[in-house]
Amino acid sequence: MADMLLRLAGVHTHIGPYHILQDVTLDVPRGGVAVLLGRNGAGKSTTLRTIMGLWRASAGEILFDGKAIHSLATPEIARSGIAYVPENMGVFSDLTVAENMRLAAVDGPFDARRLAWIKELFPPIATFWDKTAGTLSGGQKQMLSVARAIIEPRRLILIDEPSKGLAPAIIASMTSALRELKETDTTILLVEQNFAMASALGDTVSVMDDGRIVHAGDMRALAADAGLQEQLMGLSLEEHQ
Amino acid sequence: MSETAIRPKLVGPTPLERVRRAAPLLLAPVMALAGLAAIGDPSVWLTLTVAGLAMGLMIFIMASGLTVVFGLMDVINFGHGAFVSVGAFVGFTVLAWLAGWTQSPAVILNLAAVFLAILASMAITGALGLAFERVIVKPVYGHHLKQILVTMGGLIVAQQLIHVVWGPDAIHVARPQSLQGSFIFGEAAIEKYRVFAVGIGLVLFLAMRHVLRATRLGLLVRAGVENGEMVEALGYRIRRLFLLVFMAGSALAGLGGVMWGLYQETITAHMGSEIMVLVFVVVIIGGLGSIEGCFIGALLVGLLANYMAFLAPKIALVSTIALMVGVLMWRPQGLYPVVKAK
Repeated sequence: MADMLLRLAGVHTHIGPYHILQDVTLDVPRGGVAVLLGRNGAGKSTTLRTIMGLWRASAGEILFDGKAIHSLATPEIARSGIAYVPENMGVFSDLTVAENMRLAAVDGPFDARRLAWIKELFPPIATFWDKTAGTLSGGQKQMLSVARAIIEPRRLILIDEPSKGLAPAIIASMTSALRELKETDTTILLVEQNFAMASALGDTVSVMDDGRIVHAGDMRALAADAGLQEQLMGLSLEEHQ
Repeated sequence: MSETAIRPKLVGPTPLERVRRAAPLLLAPVMALAGLAAIGDPSVWLTLTVAGLAMGLMIFIMASGLTVVFGLMDVINFGHGAFVSVGAFVGFTVLAWLAGWTQSPAVILNLAAVFLAILASMAITGALGLAFERVIVKPVYGHHLKQILVTMGGLIVAQQLIHVVWGPDAIHVARPQSLQGSFIFGEAAIEKYRVFAVGIGLVLFLAMRHVLRATRLGLLVRAGVENGEMVEALGYRIRRLFLLVFMAGSALAGLGGVMWGLYQETITAHMGSEIMVLVFVVVIIGGLGSIEGCFIGALLVGLLANYMAFLAPKIALVSTIALMVGVLMWRPQGLYPVVKAK
């Protein structure tokens, strides 16, 4: 059995009267990219928010590197080594790009080499360093959001739909940046609806529907099996390329 | 990611948006000029303008804490006035203990007495803020109606406690000797205490601005006002920040209470709840959660109240409400609405 960095076992999440996650069991192997696929409303974002403690799991357990984190508060979960890039990017629009990055460097001043690498990975971060984040385009905000998540080494990065609302050229650039990030041995749990991006990055895949995991396996196998894609998500990779 | 793949291009703001953002900065000067045109006599105008600025800056001191508490914690604190009253009474007590200093002709002793009174008030109201947040506010985070009811209850309890400790009667507060009387410029008489209040208010505004813009704590507050959840997801314990900001806001209200008490020269247990009408008007005009908006709103309210008290005393009381209605018709979210994450 592969070495699992994150494991969700029988997780349930209720939001008000709604039972969103229903017995979710999900494994994220250490290193590489685990992709979480599913249609709108399947429970993907809720899964990430539950891992981060932003919504509390009402049952089940979440183990991060073998340690239970489901009862920890969000800041403790973040400080245990998990970074989160939310669907709405979570950029502080009233702060400059530099201030956003400063705030994300929880442990203190920037590591100069790491910052240089990030600026190389995402050139707009350097270009607009002193500009207010609210004035950035959608793609630039997404880059800032990811850059913020990696300004300090994290063992796991949760990224929620980084391609959402972005132009194809920006998606291609984002894919290439995430691929470079993957090569640094950072583990990524990627929620994505863009199958092309997901299949280009993913090592393993889980598919959600109605708050449940309905498929878990190898990404290449799913990408190669149009019938399975059709069955799981009502789409095929070819149609989405 | 290559530079050619994404061509960095900034999307905004447009020149029109820049003008729109800068427009509120002109409001106070425009009101001052309009006041000069309406009053006619430059000496009277100068006296009223300094009085207006002093009043506005004292209201700003009280309102700034309330607006940050609302912006960051989403808490509507109707009990804020309690800290104003308690601050005024603590300040009075310290000044009474230091009567020898306040009655001395030495300016340094007078100012030392006032600053000690301010320090004591801020320490006590800050500590009361800690208790208030833990006991009264914490259980009702996220429930606005309950917040209004429970903080209003806290205000009533605080007023009764003031009656128990200091008695139910209004108390006269004498200003230190060097803050009595007026400076005379030509035919204009400007009260020394008002100049002092303007100085304290401006120093405080600049200090708050510096903390918010140039320190990590300020960054956290600004980020928390916009998206507290994301601040937590970055690894910061926002509840501790809430507590710190609530204590700071309460301490500022206490400072405002000392300043207001010396301004009015009379203090009562209800002075805090009475001034809260103007404080809420200022917070709403400025945009909930905005320090800059609060500052401009306070200057507008102070200037307008003083001009109207001279020009049309019968409608002076409603003029600030009319100002608020006018601003909200122009900008329904206030002068500088704080962008909240959806």
